Amino acid sequence: MKFMDEYRDEKLAHKLIAEIKRTVTRPWVLMEVCGGQTHSIVKYGIDRLLPKEVELVHGPGCPVCVTALETIDKAHAIAQRPNVIFCSFGDMLRVPGSEADLLVLKSRGADIRIVYSPIDCLKIARENPHKQVVFFAIGFETTAPANAMAVWQAKKQGISNFSILVSHVLVPPAISAILQSPDNRVQGFLGPGHVCTVVGYREYEPLATQFRVPIVITGFEPLDLLEGTLMAVRQLEEGRAEVENQYPRVVQRDGNRVAQQIVESVFEVCDRNWRGVGSIPQSGYALRPDFAAYDAERLFDVGAIATQESGVCISGLVLRGAKKPHHCSAFGKACTPEHPLGATMVSAEGACAAYYAYGRHLQPQDFAAKGQPS
Amino acid sequence: MCLAIPGKVVAIETDANGVKMAKANFGGVVKKVCLEYTPDVEVGDYVLVHVGFALSRVDEEEAQRTFQLLEELNQLDELIEADPALPQENPP
Ligand code: SF4
Repeated sequence: MKFMDEYRDEKLAHKLIAEIKRTVTRPWVLMEVCGGQTHSIVKYGIDRLLPKEVELVHGPGCPVCVTALETIDKAHAIAQRPNVIFCSFGDMLRVPGSEADLLVLKSRGADIRIVYSPIDCLKIARENPHKQVVFFAIGFETTAPANAMAVWQAKKQGISNFSILVSHVLVPPAISAILQSPDNRVQGFLGPGHVCTVVGYREYEPLATQFRVPIVITGFEPLDLLEGTLMAVRQLEEGRAEVENQYPRVVQRDGNRVAQQIVESVFEVCDRNWRGVGSIPQSGYALRPDFAAYDAERLFDVGAIATQESGVCISGLVLRGAKKPHHCSAFGKACTPEHPLGATMVSAEGACAAYYAYGRHLQPQDFAAKGQPS
Repeated sequence: MCLAIPGKVVAIETDANGVKMAKANFGGVVKKVCLEYTPDVEVGDYVLVHVGFALSRVDEEEAQRTFQLLEELNQLDELIEADPALPQENPP
């Protein structure tokens, strides 16, 4: 496919790797922020192709993974109401709550539907006027415009049986939290290309300056990730700490202003609890009071929910880049994608799930060979 | 989750609710996408699509520039390989 296949060219990839090798003189730790990038890196083995000086650690950028267990349980309580049609992106279906997952609830008779786009829920709401249609609105800044438009259009079109359960998260406060944590090892970032397609990268400039870290806004294909790595390594070697854009074919400094306007009119910034990490101030979106009528949390009183996370899981450390999945004693044993114990195993984009999917629980010697503790 | 892929706009229309939509071709699969966030897009353009919404036009010139830069790296590499006086790569 155009704009995809050519970014997987093996020969060019090796040229970039050679250039990274020529550039690097000492060890550096880089973090890719987005779960889609983590998936790509592990799938193509990019971290293993890099010289041993360059270590990639995986960031908190999987919205499915960081959705609080309490929110998942709320979603499940709402989905089981008799007059509710509960709609979700496919990747939330297998995420276990305290008791079950959405697929299990569906098999028990709950009306749960997978939608490709939140806007599809409006059609379902129009066709089912006597039902309440609830959409599980998760995601980063990338997904916020779509979720905001669904609510905006519902209001404009007078659709009153539609609401969303909001669990939106924002990237810059998470980067800031990682850099402020006492065990931080991250020296540079591959910034989230698709998040920045929407919000641009002005917001990242004060982070680069304040924490003296290079941030290279990077795409998702192998050549993008390698070029982003090269740009970040060059900055580190030269002692620069700037925001650079590896992904100018889709990202502009100001992002998409039209999308930002709709997002800002529907959502406001709030504190958000990230699974595995804890509460991060000003790191999420909630519906503005003008749109309270579309807030599923207000419409459905599900009462207090008590949740319990696994004691062995170190996903909080994995999400901050302090540990890798294979450092966890449960990885690939007690914890697998079929029976996830923690945040980073629940979605294909979580670091633990990506390591598992590409067989990294089978070959620990490869990590030893790179000089990483296993 | 933040997966967004490029598709080629093959038709533009306005739906019954006044929403600007397009048909976009993703390597043979044609899907409807919302164009409200990229109102200036024309038929033949490539757009980056996430959960049914075009978030940005893909800039072909910028894409070309990336490849030019990579090609230059290429030449640099061959120059170095051809010159035994310069330090050699460690085998991967
Ligand atoms: S392997 Fe499972 S238990 Fe271990 S850190 Fe990852 S999600 Fe948590």
